[in-house]
Amino acid sequence: MKTLSINGKDYSIEAQDDMPLLWAIRDLAGLTGTKYGCGVSQCGACSVIIDGDVIRSCSLPVSYGVGKNITTIEGESQNLEYLREAWTEINVPQCGYCQSGQLIAATALLDSNPNPTDEDIDLAMSGNICRCGTYPRIRKAIHTAVKLKNK
Amino acid sequence: MDGIHNISRRNFVKVFGLASGGLIIGCQFSNNEIVRIDDGTTFAPNLFIQLKKDGKLILLSSRSEMGQGIRTSLTSAIADEMDADWNYVQVEQATGDSKFGNQNTDGSRSVRTILEPMRKLGATAKGMLISAAAKKWEISESDCSAEMHYVINNKTKEKLFFGDLVEDAMKIEAPKEVVLKDKKDFKYIGKSLKSIDIKDFTHGTAIYGLDARLPNMKFATIARCPSAFGSLKSVNSDKARGVSGVLDIVELERVKRPFGMLGGVAVIASNTWAAIQGRKQLDIAWNKGSNGNYDSKKYMQTLTGRVHNTAKVVAPTVGNVNTAFKKASHLVEATYQLPHLAHAPMEVPNALAWVHDGVCEVWAPLQDPQTARAEAAAYLGIDLDKVTINVTFLGGGFGRKSKPDFVIEAVALSSKIKSPVQVVWTREDDIQHGYYHTTNAQFLKASLDAKGTVTGWLHRTAFPSINSTFMPGADYAADWEIGQGMNNNPFEIENVRYENAKAEAYVRIGWLRSVCAIFHSFGINSFIDELADKAQKDPLEFKLNMIGADRIRKENSPHPLNTKRLKNVMNIAAKNADWGKKLPEGHGLGIAFYYSFFSYVATVVEVSVIDNKVKLHNIWTVLDCGMVVNKDNVLNQMEGAAVFGTSIALHGKITAKDGAIEQSNFHDYQMTRMNEAPPIHVTLIESDEAPTGVGEPGVPPVAPAITNAIFNATGKRYRTLPLSDHGLV
Repeated sequence: MKTLSINGKDYSIEAQDDMPLLWAIRDLAGLTGTKYGCGVSQCGACSVIIDGDVIRSCSLPVSYGVGKNITTIEGESQNLEYLREAWTEINVPQCGYCQSGQLIAATALLDSNPNPTDEDIDLAMSGNICRCGTYPRIRKAIHTAVKLKNK
Repeated sequence: MDGIHNISRRNFVKVFGLASGGLIIGCQFSNNEIVRIDDGTTFAPNLFIQLKKDGKLILLSSRSEMGQGIRTSLTSAIADEMDADWNYVQVEQATGDSKFGNQNTDGSRSVRTILEPMRKLGATAKGMLISAAAKKWEISESDCSAEMHYVINNKTKEKLFFGDLVEDAMKIEAPKEVVLKDKKDFKYIGKSLKSIDIKDFTHGTAIYGLDARLPNMKFATIARCPSAFGSLKSVNSDKARGVSGVLDIVELERVKRPFGMLGGVAVIASNTWAAIQGRKQLDIAWNKGSNGNYDSKKYMQTLTGRVHNTAKVVAPTVGNVNTAFKKASHLVEATYQLPHLAHAPMEVPNALAWVHDGVCEVWAPLQDPQTARAEAAAYLGIDLDKVTINVTFLGGGFGRKSKPDFVIEAVALSSKIKSPVQVVWTREDDIQHGYYHTTNAQFLKASLDAKGTVTGWLHRTAFPSINSTFMPGADYAADWEIGQGMNNNPFEIENVRYENAKAEAYVRIGWLRSVCAIFHSFGINSFIDELADKAQKDPLEFKLNMIGADRIRKENSPHPLNTKRLKNVMNIAAKNADWGKKLPEGHGLGIAFYYSFFSYVATVVEVSVIDNKVKLHNIWTVLDCGMVVNKDNVLNQMEGAAVFGTSIALHGKITAKDGAIEQSNFHDYQMTRMNEAPPIHVTLIESDEAPTGVGEPGVPPVAPAITNAIFNATGKRYRTLPLSDHGLV
């Protein structure tokens, strides 16, 4: 038995040590907002925040998450809330599938850099693939979130 | 509307997955048949609309949502004609059932084909609500109007809330005819509505196929033969069975149907990871089959050789190109080659199936749920009405999720193991076992006279056809494939000849967003840029001249090509990009256009090439798709299409060796990322013309606009994609 603390709630799960956090979160904790996209840290769909750092949950074992605070798209944080508002204002998503990871990556960006430039955004967000191509809107929405926060 | 029948509440609830009671007058969308049920709290004038007493308006989306915004746009058209308040609207997804009319969500056709029927459904509902109110007030219907969820008494200005009219409206006959709104009265159509699903998309609560869950469900991965249609020779599964969480190993036979499963060895497990790990431990030998030697690099040489020789003539032939070529001042010829592509939607193919007690239930991301239903019924040998296809959100589709082979896998496994089971394709499975966008070689040859006018045009193409998926052995292109812009180009040329060379398929070939327009646009738009250069003319002016006078082409089409609209989008794109402006050193502008899915698109791209690396600086796209339903959504689609096109230009390449696909994941099948996506400027043409395609038409001009811009910047012409092959990325 392992305990994962996800969005402030404890989940007791039975998982082999090498199971990636992604599958523990999705299949065992039952939180399906975190997405599978590639399994090899290439697309960012599985992004979650662990103790302040954005990580690719498909490529770290469940054991890494034990005893740490995990925030997923179902969670709450001040910057995530501003970003959700901005995502809505800019009407960012198309299919929406990658947007969990995009929002988590953007949250981590704003947590560390409260006023990112386009270049900062490109650097922070280029690990997250959006096949629908919403990149221009994501860029715009991150700037919008900053404005909403500073209002 | 004719005929009124009673259907049981139970059946209706099953269809809609609803719990509450209500009166339902169902309208079979396909034939306008009315069905009534008396039961209390819901006014439902047809299968697509349910109005509750609290005012909640549940609208049904019969088409699948894969990012194109259909759940918002078609339902907003119903709400608009109904004069409903959008804040009361909730959208439910239809199951796969012919009673909803054609649900096939591809070909950029949803708005084009069912916008008007949807508007009529809304107008019918409004008519009944007005009748109910008029009766209550004992006045004429013509003294009533509707506005934002209320019926208004125009004389007294009294108002009745839609929800308060539910019981009375149930007793009203549907009007025989309805009048649709004037454009000036639209509240939602032509405006910008946010996605109805935005909250779910931003909170991780939208349920995609992979998120579907049932109690006691199992998870499965399947090992499939590396070459298409190969078969299992032998498998030793001892080690796989020893993997923690693995429950069973099941062999699957190939189903020889266009969307039948490939077959292989399935690993059933208690979670997805165990199924993935278990599969790695299978010791498998395959019979590679007749496609086991496929080498796409060599095959490209074969196709190229074929287009360099005379091939099967495709109508129409005009004049005599050989005579024109003999008289030419200049002859130009060029060969273009493009690789296979994979759809790679962010959500991999997957399906959850539960076959039990003579019925089959499926939850999956499907573009064509009716075909999935028919295939599942055929596989199980049960009646269609025993199969329920629940359509989840699609994490991208691009044509891949029109082909329900993954549903058949889940259905087969569930029936064998007697348990709900979700088949999960890994990204590697998705890249290596798809229905690929075809590979293509084209040869174009043209003559110019002394004034630089094109006098002869020869266009030869060779590509494995989508027909091969439906008719094994079909090795020439289908008429509709050639018709995606090749033998119906918009030019006025005196001597024209089209030819199609043989091309056998060695992988499953399927349609991918924009289909054959991708490569024919690349060939045509590149070649006319080369002609402009030879004629020493400005590319824009040269291309406009090739299109010639304003005319509506005589053709058997619901929306015949209008050259004026095509030239208009080109001129506006050029103007937006400040065509002809002085550019910084190393920069270039390129233009391309394409008429596809009945819409007109022109794209200008600004690039720079510095130290042999290409950078995209701006994309200007102009779309004329007739009447627009949801403006911001169409803008989003065009932005996305531009990015999709840059992926094709910069990165997209699937190759095969020894029958197996060489790429496996996003590290070697790359796509455009944030840092490569330039600012994209989209202009929509205001139009009252009938609505035409949006999802696909934006893609075809992008890649040739990029290579034309590179030529403008450097003088170097790239005739093969992707550009990463040339060291430019």
